[in-house]
Amino acid sequence: METATEISKPEKINQFEGTEISGAQAIILSLINEGVDTVFGYPGGAIMPVYDALYDFQDTFKHYLVRHEQGAVHAAQGYARVSGKPGVCLATSGPGATNLITGIADAQIDSTPVVCITGQVFAPLLGTDAFQETDVVGISMPVTKWNYQITDASEIPEVIAKAFYIAKSGRPGPVLIDITKDAQVSKFIYEYKKCINIRSYQPKPVIKPKEVLAAASLINEAKKPYIVFGQGVIIADAQKELLSFAEKAQIPAASTLLGLSAFPPDHPLYVGYLGMHGNYGPNIKTNECDVLIAVGMRFDDRVTGDLTRYAKQAKVIHIEIDEAEIDKNVKTDVSIHADAKEALQALTEHIKPNMHAEWLQEFRECEKIEYEKITKKEKFPESGQIKMAEVVEQLSSITDGNAVIVTDVGQHQMVTSRYYQFKSRRSNITSGGLGTMGFALPAAIGARLGEDDREVIAIIGDGGIQMSIQELGTIFQYNIPVKIVILNNNFLGMVRQWQQLFFAKRYSSTEMTNPDFIKIAEGYSIKGKKVTEREDLRGSLEAMMEHNGPYLMEVEVEKEENVFPMIPTGESVSNILLG
Amino acid sequence: MQKEENKEFTLSILTENKSGLLNRITIIFTRRKINIEAINVSETEVHGVSRFTIVVRSTHEKAVKVVKQIRKIIEVLGAFLYEEDEVHYQEIALYKLPTKMLTSSNQIENLVRSSGARVLTVGEEYTIIEKTGHSHEILSLLEQLKPFDVQEFIKSGRIAISKSKRQTVSFLEEMEALSLVS
Repeated sequence: METATEISKPEKINQFEGTEISGAQAIILSLINEGVDTVFGYPGGAIMPVYDALYDFQDTFKHYLVRHEQGAVHAAQGYARVSGKPGVCLATSGPGATNLITGIADAQIDSTPVVCITGQVFAPLLGTDAFQETDVVGISMPVTKWNYQITDASEIPEVIAKAFYIAKSGRPGPVLIDITKDAQVSKFIYEYKKCINIRSYQPKPVIKPKEVLAAASLINEAKKPYIVFGQGVIIADAQKELLSFAEKAQIPAASTLLGLSAFPPDHPLYVGYLGMHGNYGPNIKTNECDVLIAVGMRFDDRVTGDLTRYAKQAKVIHIEIDEAEIDKNVKTDVSIHADAKEALQALTEHIKPNMHAEWLQEFRECEKIEYEKITKKEKFPESGQIKMAEVVEQLSSITDGNAVIVTDVGQHQMVTSRYYQFKSRRSNITSGGLGTMGFALPAAIGARLGEDDREVIAIIGDGGIQMSIQELGTIFQYNIPVKIVILNNNFLGMVRQWQQLFFAKRYSSTEMTNPDFIKIAEGYSIKGKKVTEREDLRGSLEAMMEHNGPYLMEVEVEKEENVFPMIPTGESVSNILLG
Repeated sequence: MQKEENKEFTLSILTENKSGLLNRITIIFTRRKINIEAINVSETEVHGVSRFTIVVRSTHEKAVKVVKQIRKIIEVLGAFLYEEDEVHYQEIALYKLPTKMLTSSNQIENLVRSSGARVLTVGEEYTIIEKTGHSHEILSLLEQLKPFDVQEFIKSGRIAISKSKRQTVSFLEEMEALSLVS
């Protein structure tokens, strides 16, 4: 390689400022200017000039070749969720671009900053049904925060700067830039300027003191205040602020699925996890509190159940950066349209120190009931096959709740969310809103690369792993030290659970005949082990964690296990079933 | 829960003049299965700034939610929801009739006068009548002209100006200032 490694990164990009370079080079330089050093992608005809330009920057810029474009975007999501920085992925036109769509939709609904760059056919061929031409700008429009097609190389720096600004500011989300091949090959004078504002876009609402005072006065009067928080707290980096807020007035706090890891799980004010398979107390107490304080969450139907019977007795305060979320599902009494960090800081100043010991005790009573009826049997069974919960419990204890946990979708996801103690920041990576099977394995790759030295464990079902199992190839090629735990019940477990409960046990197309996962791992030179016996579990998990490098463990779990508690669809949170 | 009734709303949306925006705006309605009754797009008095005027029938709650979603589109500068009495609005319509119908009696001429319409052009074969006004006036004239063999009829979408005192330029300045808050 002619480009010497001793040239520092800024110098290396600075030497191109004001010089004539190709659009493809400009794409790479613009990414470097945005601080990107990791991208996930897959080459193809219409993006080849970019891959060619990449060849000269291998020392400053690491490209991970995935095995399917969906893997690239999920990896970018995992990267973003752990690091807080936008994840970046590259794909070619046509099928390359359409394969990104599921991940883009996932990033949109889970507010994940992702920048997708797709190659496109030569501009004169647009609309001619050329080879691998697809209208990806049209297709991705409903699932992107912003998208744009570049047909002129000189637009590249400005559009990429704008893309990053949009992806990470305000409520984050995915953006897509489609770049025609002629724009990649033509030359122009390169100059880069960061985007600092877009006049039609106000990412940071100006906090209104009146709203804060109104909220504070409701909270100060409350006998049974209750905090429900979501991922907004993590995105705003407001974990400390949330804790101070809750502590000052001693308010119990519960997390949504994506809020997990925003609040210390062993804190006396933490009462658990909300939603369809959430904890008993957090769900039923929603309908008993007098002031419900929602922070950075969006009242998803999996959290609220039947809206007409949700928190009707309570005054609702909603702290939310996205105005469209306010009054969308739940009517608020006071809304604070602001960044969660700012709002919580301001609110904490205005609330009075308080105690709600009796109210908190009510949650503890619920915990006892749940523990006796469900948790104890799940986490510490004495006989029968291995249960998912005990695997998660063991992992949680072995890692002391400090690993980054990546889950897929279904029973194993709900069980992990219930039983893993997420103690470390930004450690819960899962597909929440979209519920994308196949998410976990590639997202774990991105999560592992998002921050150095963090232990990443992907917990995946036997169905989900097979939706993106080819990414074992990526793990193998780059020796990415992720730990993969397949909880195998040879069923699409969550669908089977619904069939059992709501479709008269008519198990239509949910039973799976699975391959030998360990052999597959072996094919990729990934060390693996299958565990079928309870007495082997702890030791095997410990051995997996001690292994230096990627590892795949398959645990054969109880075949027809159900996840409880459960709020049946359309039911009220009060009518949560304990079994 | 009692069901809120559908009413007619005018949405006035100020945007940057960028391609693809029409699609971005309309898919918000499509996704919620709200039918757009009329739509008009044109440049405002400020170069590079367009105004979309969209008429929908919807409940107030739904309309408010849609407006909030539209505001989230990056290139949208502002979106406003108006009920009928909050805007001045007009539509324009053209009616094509055989010229011989006009010459055979003075009934058409009387209709044109009484409805405040005008004759745009008179050709050997056909005549075009133009009428501006509210939808019901335009459609009422259509009904009255039907016996005279209306060959073609076309009506524009609504254009509307709000009764508020806000000026586009000062609104844009406000937006610019807010976008710099960080």
